[in-house]
Amino acid sequence: MVVEAEVIRQNYLRHNKKFPHVWCPGCGNGIVLGSLLRAIHSLGYDKDDVVVASGIGCSSRMTTYIDFNTLHTTHGRALTFATGVKLAKPRLRVITVMGDGDATAIGGNHFIHAARRNINITAIIVNNSTYGMTGGQYSPTTPYGSRSTTSVYGHVEHDFSISELAITAGASFVARGTVYHAAHLDRMIEQAIVKRGFAVVEVISNCHVQHGRRNKLGGAIQMINTFRDQAVPVAKAKKMSAEEMEGKFTIGVLCDVEKPISTEEYARIRHESCQLPGELHDEDDQDY
Amino acid sequence: MAESTPQESAYRYEICFSGSGGQGIITAAVVMAEAVGTLDGKYVCQTQSYGPEARGGKSKAEVVISNKPIDYPKALHIDLLLAMTQAACDAYFFGIKADGLLVVDKTLVEQLPTSRAIAIPFTHIARHDIGREMVANMVALGAVGFLCGQVILQNLEKALLARVPKGTEEMNREALQAGIEEAQKFNLAELPRSFINDFEEGEL
Amino acid sequence: MDPRKPGERLLLQGNEAIVYGALAAGCRFYAGYPITPASEIAELLSVKLPQVNGTFIQMEDEIASMGAIIGASLAGVKSMTATSGPGFSLMQENLGYACIAEVPCVVVNVMRGGPSTGLPTNVAQGDVLMARWGTHGDHPIIVLAVSSVSDCFSITVKAFNLSEKYRVPVILLSDEVVAHTRECITLPQTEQVRVVDRIAPKTPPEWYKPYATNNRGVPDMAIFGDGYHHHVTGLVHDEWGFPTQNPKEIEGFHNRLHDKITKGFPEIMMTKTFDMADADICVITYGCVSRAARMAVKNAREHGVKVGLVQLVTLFPFPRKAIDSALRQCKAAIVSELNMGQMSREVNRVNQYDCRVIKHSRYDGQMITPDEITKQILSCA
Repeated sequence: MVVEAEVIRQNYLRHNKKFPHVWCPGCGNGIVLGSLLRAIHSLGYDKDDVVVASGIGCSSRMTTYIDFNTLHTTHGRALTFATGVKLAKPRLRVITVMGDGDATAIGGNHFIHAARRNINITAIIVNNSTYGMTGGQYSPTTPYGSRSTTSVYGHVEHDFSISELAITAGASFVARGTVYHAAHLDRMIEQAIVKRGFAVVEVISNCHVQHGRRNKLGGAIQMINTFRDQAVPVAKAKKMSAEEMEGKFTIGVLCDVEKPISTEEYARIRHESCQLPGELHDEDDQDY
Repeated sequence: MAESTPQESAYRYEICFSGSGGQGIITAAVVMAEAVGTLDGKYVCQTQSYGPEARGGKSKAEVVISNKPIDYPKALHIDLLLAMTQAACDAYFFGIKADGLLVVDKTLVEQLPTSRAIAIPFTHIARHDIGREMVANMVALGAVGFLCGQVILQNLEKALLARVPKGTEEMNREALQAGIEEAQKFNLAELPRSFINDFEEGEL
Repeated sequence: MDPRKPGERLLLQGNEAIVYGALAAGCRFYAGYPITPASEIAELLSVKLPQVNGTFIQMEDEIASMGAIIGASLAGVKSMTATSGPGFSLMQENLGYACIAEVPCVVVNVMRGGPSTGLPTNVAQGDVLMARWGTHGDHPIIVLAVSSVSDCFSITVKAFNLSEKYRVPVILLSDEVVAHTRECITLPQTEQVRVVDRIAPKTPPEWYKPYATNNRGVPDMAIFGDGYHHHVTGLVHDEWGFPTQNPKEIEGFHNRLHDKITKGFPEIMMTKTFDMADADICVITYGCVSRAARMAVKNAREHGVKVGLVQLVTLFPFPRKAIDSALRQCKAAIVSELNMGQMSREVNRVNQYDCRVIKHSRYDGQMITPDEITKQILSCA
């Protein structure tokens, strides 16, 4: 276990380049980073075959630290860049890392359309219910009544569920995990990467510095422990009443369906109409 | 890009096709341009102006023909105006040269602004003789092709057949020929020389 | 499937010729969003690209389109998008990304009347300065303008070549008139088209610095999946591509970004002149107005006026040298354009001589006619 952790550290982090990182002590982003690396490592992918694209925000800084083809894009646009990469070179494994504001406010349109398109990309969304990097303003997942630097009188809007949004928009695979359940998160991310089609993992994470502090949710440990108490596995949740589920959320695989993948469909069209076979990226047509 | 002074003097002939959206005005202009440009080998510019509607509304397409490279692509002084509706006739009539020619669809244009005009019932011919009102534009194209004297008529037919959907070639060929035949019945020399009098012309 | 083969004389719209130019230049990826008067480019590419093993995708908006072409370019495929004013506004964000991360790509803006939704089916040239300065921050960019169907082919090829060579987005400004004018063109054979590709690094991955300075000023470009697993960011970065706040590195970064274009000035700045040898009056135009200006110059010459035309193909970097020599030579320069004087201000800015710079604008959604320009010329004579 220790040896494996060392292998992952040596192999996948950009040691000499960009550390120390920007994250606050106790931030959940490090746990997500660890889960992502363990998932990729256990799948045995070549580093050169993996592209990780991120948007703007704390979690999106992840691409700076990990040693893949990394693409730190503009705010909310990670999925658009990722779509271009995936279509141009289908053999690459394309993963995006975004925050809640990044993916569902400024990038909300790209998010639902990537899901609708069912393009073969994995989207990891770190949901900490706030805009941490800019100083704790309210985000689309800030709960009703919460305090933030832009809702000092209490938040008057309602939050929405990222996972339910993804399911409704047509994602093939949607899972939710938390930074408390790290081993479970490893599995969720691994399944999402393996899944053919648009796969989303929503990770409930803590921002004790911006969100927790203003809402008296405690420090990092206390917030992360709260996730332990609030999270209910999907199977168990099915047996619980609405009252019992009050204040809790489900974790696990929320949606897993098979449907045609647009990249594969397009490859077929290309194959049928191609006059000059093998001109550009025919070697990529093996795997989308 | 320096060019030698032109030895042969440049001429410019401008045709304006007008009507309402959905009448195939632009298609007719494109076929004319295709014939003159790619088959006859002259210089040609085809432009159009349009509004937001795909059907209805005024529609206008221009074809400028020359023996030299064309600088200004749009019509300046129209040599031949085809008007397929009264509204188009009224709107574009004032762009015609003094010795230009007005050709109208007699079925839809009732008031002629000039006596230097040729009125042929294109829509009627298309509906009754060919059997499809849709090809009125091609009947008109035949007439315009003949009257302008700027295109080899065989090439016009060739260009037309290359552009129409499979299975409609015969109908379109008939339509074009019907237009040519109708136009042949007119004697251009019998028309008034100009549709403005000498006094007005002097003012221009 | 396609009856149109190289060597054949074709009647094409400007928008169609841009498609053939892009394909000849090696473009194999298009992402875009429908908009008048640029949609024909997307429609034709949606047919053509899969035939040459390329990819077409219609995105959810122009922001996404710009993101997708940058992604595709980073994955090694030459890519483009096409739009008009409103969409071009949305593209500015990621256009800045392409500038800072030095990602080759071509953006066609078929100009229509603005601002906002403006005049969707009318011609205008109101996006000229926006093409130069639309995205925030100091940034280098190349802006080219087309005036005919044959330009649409050849300048599109040029746009891709410059983009690849200098690792900079190239804006190709067309307009509603050029876009929808049909003219005859003979497409060249593939081997007759000079195509420039980005230069791949030869160093092993562990030595590769994605943004290192070299004598060209343009870093070698690794592509995703080729073994370099490097970092690309929209933050100001050091030679390794990682974010920096070191003042020295920031300054060096900006200098290199601009110097690479400065070094290329002779190649990048393209103008066409007509009848300028003995001219003491010149007309300065770009895009569709150049067509009216040529006719006006010929007409005025018949009146005995010594007038010539300077047509700007490159709008930015501003072709100062060509304009400077025209201004030195002439007593008056008429800048005719379909906006309220965007380029005439640029011409005035570089004017160091006794030449009178006359703004000649039209902004009613219609073309400037040759007669209007002739009148301007005669009033200066």
